[in-house]
Formats: sequence, structure tokens, C-alpha cells
Amino acid sequence: MYISLLGTRLTRAVPANVVALGLVSLVTDISSEMVTAVLPLYLVGALGLSLVQFGLLDGLYFGVTALVRLAGGHAADRWSRRKLVAGLGYGLSAVCKLGLLAAGGSAAALGLVVAADRTGKGLRTAPRDALITLSAPPERLGGAFGVHRAMDTVGAFLGPLAAFAVLTATAGAYDAVFVTSFCVAALGVLLLVLYVRDRRGPLTVRVRLRAAVTREPGFRRACLVAVALGLVTVSDSFVYLVLQRRLAIAPELFPLLPVGTAGAYLLLAVPLGRLSDRFGRAAVFVAGHVALLAVYLVLLGPAWLVPALLLHGLFYAATDGVLMALTGPMLPESARTGGLALLQTGQATARMVSSILFGLLWAGTGEGPALAVMAAGLVTASVIAWRTLR
Amino acid sequence: MRRVLVLLAAVVLLAGGATAYATWAASSRQVAPAVAGFDAAEPGRVLVRSGGRVASVPLADPGAPPRVSSRACDRFYTANGTTLCLATRPGPLPKTEALVLDRSLKETRRVNLAGVPSRARVSASGRMASWTVFVTGDSYSTGGFSTWTGILDTRTGYLITNMEDIPLYLDGRRYHSADVNYWGVTFAADDNRFYATVGTKGRTYLVEGDFGAWRARVLRENAECPSLSPDGTRLVFKKRVSPGPWRLHLLDLATMRESPLGERASIDDQAAWLDDRTVMYAKDGDVWAADVTGGPPHRLVPGATSPAAIR
Repeated sequence: MYISLLGTRLTRAVPANVVALGLVSLVTDISSEMVTAVLPLYLVGALGLSLVQFGLLDGLYFGVTALVRLAGGHAADRWSRRKLVAGLGYGLSAVCKLGLLAAGGSAAALGLVVAADRTGKGLRTAPRDALITLSAPPERLGGAFGVHRAMDTVGAFLGPLAAFAVLTATAGAYDAVFVTSFCVAALGVLLLVLYVRDRRGPLTVRVRLRAAVTREPGFRRACLVAVALGLVTVSDSFVYLVLQRRLAIAPELFPLLPVGTAGAYLLLAVPLGRLSDRFGRAAVFVAGHVALLAVYLVLLGPAWLVPALLLHGLFYAATDGVLMALTGPMLPESARTGGLALLQTGQATARMVSSILFGLLWAGTGEGPALAVMAAGLVTASVIAWRTLR
Repeated sequence: MRRVLVLLAAVVLLAGGATAYATWAASSRQVAPAVAGFDAAEPGRVLVRSGGRVASVPLADPGAPPRVSSRACDRFYTANGTTLCLATRPGPLPKTEALVLDRSLKETRRVNLAGVPSRARVSASGRMASWTVFVTGDSYSTGGFSTWTGILDTRTGYLITNMEDIPLYLDGRRYHSADVNYWGVTFAADDNRFYATVGTKGRTYLVEGDFGAWRARVLRENAECPSLSPDGTRLVFKKRVSPGPWRLHLLDLATMRESPLGERASIDDQAAWLDDRTVMYAKDGDVWAADVTGGPPHRLVPGATSPAAIR
């Protein structure tokens, strides 16, 4: 696939290293979404476990993942080894696919394997994004991230289909899904090793992360803005639940809602990345949150299905990669991975707090007032974001 | 060039490995031969889910090799010739179905659902079927924990896909909250009164419901997945304890006094009554039984879940 992509229009517009990272993400996402698609069915159907036992550990995983992410970012900067740390993350997740087999029916062992898998994901995200920022010219970073995120989402689409194909071919052998997923993940690691280049220039002045963050007020402000916006971002599952309830969507169609968002994200990631290069990343990033505000208003008002999902996908396309493209260049190379890890951890923590708060609000006041509160918060945070980042 | 060769070799190797394993996995899956003329209402047997399919063992010798049907279910329950089977079909869009089956396990009604099967129950007469599924894609930390519980009157065909709109009364007052979730329904002999769990604002309550009048009232806090005894006087339920998360308890409905069962392990299942003093439940992939007066539990059917006794 890589060979046929070389020399096409895509690689002329996007550096080969970004395409290589995109391919690694695409292949890895096929692997991880294969497992995500069948894991609940495997736990409950094949093993007879309870999802509740399993879900209780979620909060714990989150804490571990956050710590590892920060430590990995720091290590990648310290020794200027972004590719190595990313590779360890991809490798750990790959091995975890076999770990699912080894864990058998033990809920505790399965919990550990899933935690390790997520740790791998946490470990690789920041060094991968740092590599992207180092691989594309600064004025085309938005487009580069757009291509990467679009390829990533293609993988997420293909994963469940691949899992389904394996289950059909083997008459429901979940272990075959895990082994296939491992093989796909191993291919992803190999693609990383073979085709992704780290930039290991001579170690110039080393800037420590704390110094970088304090010296770069722009980056510090961007972090605070991302956290503030994260606190008023309603989590995906709530968006889908509100849509389901408002429209009385038939239960069997419920799993289609995330597919709608992902489809819009896939189509819009590249155009919006390019737009952010032309008209300013801060502008597109804030506009993405205006799209999210529009989602809230649609949910509060007419609950139109297609516009809601399109706007939701637009929100991700205008913010996820664009934020990295916006903030990456603010950081010196020698503190970039740690900085991005800090930013991503802050954002993820804020979103988790937000969904807990939104859950409480929803329970206490109902979905209408809860959404109205989040919308008001989003307006405030967006105005602050625009004033700060502009 | 060398990179391309390494990559090609790896692709061949990995694809070959995956294919070989899948082929082996497909051929080595032991599928017990299905018996012809499986009867889901034969007295003196316990129906269980074994090897993913509905199976039965004799009550007198529950450790005997099960008689296996060709019907695959993830959760099921059966009473008086009516079987409720919750089954998932993996696919590009995973499907979950609630199937009502007759005593030969032939489908008589199908309800399309989504999510992961959790509980299935049929009233003693075989008339009222109820089920709970976890909605796909929801996780606990992202706050969207959500269950859908449905009730089907198999005689009239009247279907409630999600019972969360039932008017609920707490301490005599109408209770309103957007986050109510119901799960684990059990019907009484009149096919109208039922018990269930409601979860709201981080607490769980045992409710008593009236199907005809369509309302429910809270009986007490901290009781999940109730299961009504055949004589209708007692409930066995999961109580959240520490360390836990759960322990099976017995509740006497006349005195409202509760007592723990002899099973000390945490059980996450809706118990099923074997007779008036014994309940069955899934633990570590086997069906266990325990005397509700506090006697020690024992393994009843190895390698099985979803027990239902045919009396």
C-alpha cells in the first residue's frame, strides 16, 4: 500500500513521514477496533463475565494511562527518541492482543491486559504527534494532521468489518480475532520501524519541559484553553443517548450514530486541516467549538439527526489534529513530546471530569437544563479561547 | 528495496500465521452434536447455556453430559414452555435480538435490540418475558452507563422496549430523574406484579411494579436483580457490599427482613430458583446452587450459565 501511495498527489502535498505515520495508525486502528468491536460480546457471550465488574476498573486505568503518557513524553524528549517511545507504545498494544488469549476467562487478568493496551495507546500518542509536527513544514501542519487523522479513521472503519469477516470465516472463534488483530498490529509496528524516520539532529540546547512551559506563555495559555473547553465538552455517548431519546431511534439502529460522526470526521479532517493552514489554526479550532455549540442547540431544539452528526464530526475534524498543529510549533523541539503529552493529558482529564459533571447535572435537572448549562459554558470558554489564541 | 522485501516477507508471514490460526481455531471448535427433538419443557431437567447453546441436564444427575440443542443464546430463561433467548449477531453493525421460542425452541417472536445481553426472565406461566441489555458503546467512566429493559406480554403481543418511562414513586411521592435505569425484572404468579431494580443518581433501589396500571414504587435501597421464589414470598437479590462488589441476599417480603446467603463470592447474576429453598446462579463459568437459609454453596452444572429449572 505504501509503495503505491508514493509519488501520488497525496505524497507531493504531504511529507512521506506523515503518510508513513498515517499508515501505521491506519493499520493499528484496524487492529484495535477489531478487538473493541468484539470485546463486550466476548466478555459476556463467550466468557459469561459481567460488564459491571469490568467497567469498575475504568477510572483506575485512566489514572495509570495519564501517568505513563506524561512519563513517556518526558523520556522521548530526554533522549530525543520519539520513534522508540512511540514504537514501545505500539508494541505493547500489539502484545496485549495475545494477552487477551493468555488471560482466558479471568476478569482480573483481562482487566490488566486492557489496562496495558490503553497504556500503550497513551504512550504512543504524544511522540507520534510530535513526529508529525517535525515532519511537515510549519505552514502545512494542519493539512498534515488532517491526512493523519483521516487515515486513522479509515482504520477505525475497517476494524469492525475485519473482525466480522474473521468471526464469519471461523464460525465465531474470538481467539482467531485476537490472533488476527495481533498480526495486523505487528504489521503496524513493522511499518513504523521500516518507514518512519525520527529526527535526531545534534542535541542542541536542551530545554526542560518546565522551562519550556514557563517560557512559552502561548503554549501555557493554549493548555488552559484546551482544559477549559474540555470541561464543557459533552462526551460522545451522551450526545448519542440524547439523540436516541429525542428521536426515539430504534434500538437496533443506535450503533449507527457513532458511525455517522466518524464518517463526517473522515471526510472533513483533510479539508479543515488545510483551511486551518490558510486561515489560522486558532480560528478553525474555535470554529470547531462553535460547531459543537451548534450540536448542543440542535439537541436542545429540533434534534435533527443528520445535521447533528455532521456538526459533531465537523467539531472533531476542526479541533483534534488542529490543536496539535497549533500548539506543536510553540514548543522547542527538545520539549515538544512532553508538552504535547501534557496538553493531551490535561484535555483528556478535563473531558472525563466534564462527563461526570454532566452525568450529575443530567440526573439532577434533566437533559434540557444540563445541555443549556454546557452550552453557556461553551460560549464563555469559546470567547475566552478566541481572545487568548488569536 | 530491502525495506520492501522485509515488508513483503512480513506480510506473507503474518497473513499466513493469522490464516493458519483461524483455520485451526475453526476446525478445533468442539461443537457437541445437537440432539433431534430437543424439548425445553421436559419436567425434571435443568436448562442451562452450555457451549453457547441451550442445553439440559437431568435434575437428578446435573453433572451428567448435557443434552445440547442447536439454539445459540447469550442469555436465556425458560418457563412453562416459553423460552426467551437473547442472542448477539456480530456484524459490521452488531445486532442483538430477543427471541421468544416455543418448547421445541422454534422462534415465535423476534424483537430487535442493541447492546450486550444482560438478563432474561420469563414468568412462571410462560406469559411475561423481560430482558435487560447494556447499550453498546457506553462505559462507566464516560458517565453514559445505560441499560434498556423491555417487557413483552407474549399472550397479547404488547411490547415495551424500554420501561424507563414507568411512573415511579419513592416514599409515596412521584420521583423524577432523567437518569433512571431499570434492570433485572422478575414477575409474580399473577403475571401483573413484578419486581425490578432501578438505578438513579448512583444508588440502586428495589421496586415493585404493576404492569397493568403501569407504575412502580420503591421498596428499599441497595437491592439488584431480584428473583422471586416459586411461592412468591421471598426474593433473592444482589446486594452491594464491601468487599464485594456484591453478595446474594434473601429478602422475606412479609417481614422485609434480609439475610445473606452462604455464597461468599461476589455474584453478578440474576439468581434462578431451583426449588422453594435453593437458588442457582453462574459463578466462574459453572452453575452453582445454594440453600437460601445460609447453607454452603455447591457446584451444580460444570461449564454452564443461565440456569432454569423445569418443575
